[in-house]
Amino acid sequence: MKKTYINGVGCISAQKTFDTIFLEEAVENNTETVLSVNAPVYKDYIAPAAARRMAKGIKNGIVASALALKDANSENVDAIITGTGLGCIEDSEKFLKNILDNNEEFLTPTSFIQSTHNTVGAQIALNLKCKGYNFTYVNGAVSFESALLDAKMQIENDEVNSVLAGGIDENGDYTISLFKLAGRVKNELEQPFNFLTSTTTGAVHGEGAVFFVLENEKKDTTYAQIVDVEIKNNLEENEIEGEITAFLKTNNLQVSDLDAVILGYNSDAKFDSYYKNTAENIFAQTPQLYYKHLCGEYDTASAFALWTASKIIKTQEVPEILKANSVIRPAYNTILLYNQLSGKNHSFTLLSK
Amino acid sequence: MKKGVAITGMGIISSIGNSVEENFDSLLNEKLAITRIEHITTVHADIIKVGEIKKTNSELVDDLKLTAENNFSRTAMIGAYAAKQAVKNAGITSINEYRTGLISATSVGGMDMTEKHYYDYFTNPELVKYISCHDGGDVADKIAEELGIKGLVTTISTACSSAANSIMLGARLIKSGKLDRVIVGGTDALAKFTINGFKTLMILSDDYNKPFDNNRKGLNLGEAAAYLVLESDEVVEKQNKKVLARVSGYGNANDAFHQTASSENGDGAYLAMKKAFEVSGLKPSDIDYINVHGTATPNNDLSEGRAILRIYEDEKVPDFSSTKPFTGHTLAAAAAIEAVYSVLAIQNGVVYPNLNFETPMEEFDLKPHTSLKNKNIEHVLSNSFGFGGNCSTLIFSKS
Amino acid sequence: MEALKAELKNKIIATLNLEDIAVEDIADNDPLFGDGLGLDSIDALELIVILDKDYGIKLVDPKEGKTIFQSIETMAAYISANRTK
Repeated sequence: MKKTYINGVGCISAQKTFDTIFLEEAVENNTETVLSVNAPVYKDYIAPAAARRMAKGIKNGIVASALALKDANSENVDAIITGTGLGCIEDSEKFLKNILDNNEEFLTPTSFIQSTHNTVGAQIALNLKCKGYNFTYVNGAVSFESALLDAKMQIENDEVNSVLAGGIDENGDYTISLFKLAGRVKNELEQPFNFLTSTTTGAVHGEGAVFFVLENEKKDTTYAQIVDVEIKNNLEENEIEGEITAFLKTNNLQVSDLDAVILGYNSDAKFDSYYKNTAENIFAQTPQLYYKHLCGEYDTASAFALWTASKIIKTQEVPEILKANSVIRPAYNTILLYNQLSGKNHSFTLLSK
Repeated sequence: MKKGVAITGMGIISSIGNSVEENFDSLLNEKLAITRIEHITTVHADIIKVGEIKKTNSELVDDLKLTAENNFSRTAMIGAYAAKQAVKNAGITSINEYRTGLISATSVGGMDMTEKHYYDYFTNPELVKYISCHDGGDVADKIAEELGIKGLVTTISTACSSAANSIMLGARLIKSGKLDRVIVGGTDALAKFTINGFKTLMILSDDYNKPFDNNRKGLNLGEAAAYLVLESDEVVEKQNKKVLARVSGYGNANDAFHQTASSENGDGAYLAMKKAFEVSGLKPSDIDYINVHGTATPNNDLSEGRAILRIYEDEKVPDFSSTKPFTGHTLAAAAAIEAVYSVLAIQNGVVYPNLNFETPMEEFDLKPHTSLKNKNIEHVLSNSFGFGGNCSTLIFSKS
Repeated sequence: MEALKAELKNKIIATLNLEDIAVEDIADNDPLFGDGLGLDSIDALELIVILDKDYGIKLVDPKEGKTIFQSIETMAAYISANRTK
């Protein structure tokens, strides 16, 4: 069975991450309830004629995937697999508002076309002229992990040699206002927000696009190996520890073998207890890291976590800004990522050097 | 030829019936269900024709025994309706007895609720519960809950090929030994959003859709949901299950040509079919019936027809037909309902008529089969293509 | 007619987000599709909506657009002859 290596990464996030080494320019923002991407100069990557119809999410996806390919010294891949929670939500909003506001008249197709969830993966394929396998997963917080699982399975089965896999989501103003109404966004009056000690509900939201070149062989550019990915739609809080232990066991590991665990704290006290319980118990002696204070919560935020884990394993350096406790290790070779959103869509991703 | 993954259960709801039996009966008796729209208020009501499921939302709530506080979108309700049938049909009583997953597909998820309440959320607190329905994953989440599945649950959204891709992923998960059992399929309710979207692309017909006809004017939209149960051979053996048919081949490729249109020569479609033949170990001449994508848009049928001709080169193209004149184009559910129809074709030895066909296309010599035909069917090839150049092919074989 | 042509150029640039193109860059007889301005079939659908919304001309078949949208010249001529608003 072939192994899956991360051989290139590209990251567009609320931090400056598209042309940095790692998180050296990262700044924690604890006053905003919604974080927007620190955008690259799109013209450097996409011809204006091609970009004129592209939604923000498509542009970010194209740049992130171009960065990942360049990082991996690759020109093309056998498959493109994308995860997105809400797709190009700004265009969905625009088209729907036009329908409602104009009584279904004088509508134009562009925003409808872009609202289709697979438009980012399709545009990347169109740009690369990549005729291979092209899937898009849209299942909340496991959208990105579904893409990873699919990619890994096809590499293992020797169906493909290389895959561009990524997660992309964008903020839409009206959707954010609906999220606020539904209590999913933090109350502005409660700032400054502290992700680790939050006692209030709602999360700081964000957006981003992170792509990875996954290949079946180790190269000079290799960051890490994806050992395993597991998805569970529903778990009770008291089932998490058992799930993690069992997951590690199927990979012949135990908690003490982990050099770090990356947890998806999003400042929503109602559901951060899923992480906190493990942090205080099985992971008490494990270096604990968190990241959503940098990128915000969104369905594919865990792709940002995989980016940080990849960078840590490659650089053997853990930026202070990610640390949730003071436990350290002499080396960072094995890292576990655990994420969930509102107690649903749990994912466990295991990386090793 | 390789053995393929066992299909042990099916469930379906579409405009031509609320069960597998009703759908089959409509196909045999040419009962198409393309009508004026009833459940959605739209300014296009007098122009368009659709394939609408005859049940209202409140009837579906009753059928599913949902509470008054439920926040199911129509897409989720018809999805749960079909998925429950499939599980029952497969004789499953203890859903988590084996490692069981759910791979669903949808194009716009709970858009039917979003568009209904979009501006009223701020003034009507009772509606706030529907905000989370918009998420594409909400449908799978609700179906999983209805079925009691605890495990791998995910959703694929690649426009009109979505359900083919969920069947493909399910088959791959069983073959790889990651799951013992997986419920796969798709669901899409009609929505103003999609009606108007296809209208802007000017590919909606004001008449009955006529796939592969020279005078075709476009498609009729429809709504449907269908799910299939795939099980590993170990489970089939252990439980002595009846295998309805097998998923023997699958392939997905991208046309990489245009955001919505298919290429002139159907490159993506050709590659998808080619891959499916490779996976199945079958030759094109082994296929007894092709259930074409056949949406009746000028672009699709030309591109798909050319791709089929490329696959068959000098050989005779087998009997083929599009079932979309019966149901309309049900988007992310299309490949799932057509998978059910393909299995029924194998089980009963029938080729369905391609209704409304009159005049062959001038570009090539391809005529769909226009009447019901009884013959032995070992293998069916089913195509589904979507926006973003997404092309998928599935091959179903007799067990 | 000249005013209509200028109006169309502005509308096309704005509607189709042709950021790096100015009104002066589009000659009346330049082809709008293919080698000229490089518009495609999705743009054609956008132009059909302009005809409907701003000039009260409804096209039923997108193929009709082919001859009408050859250039600013042909587009302006068609609009002048058929406009209802």
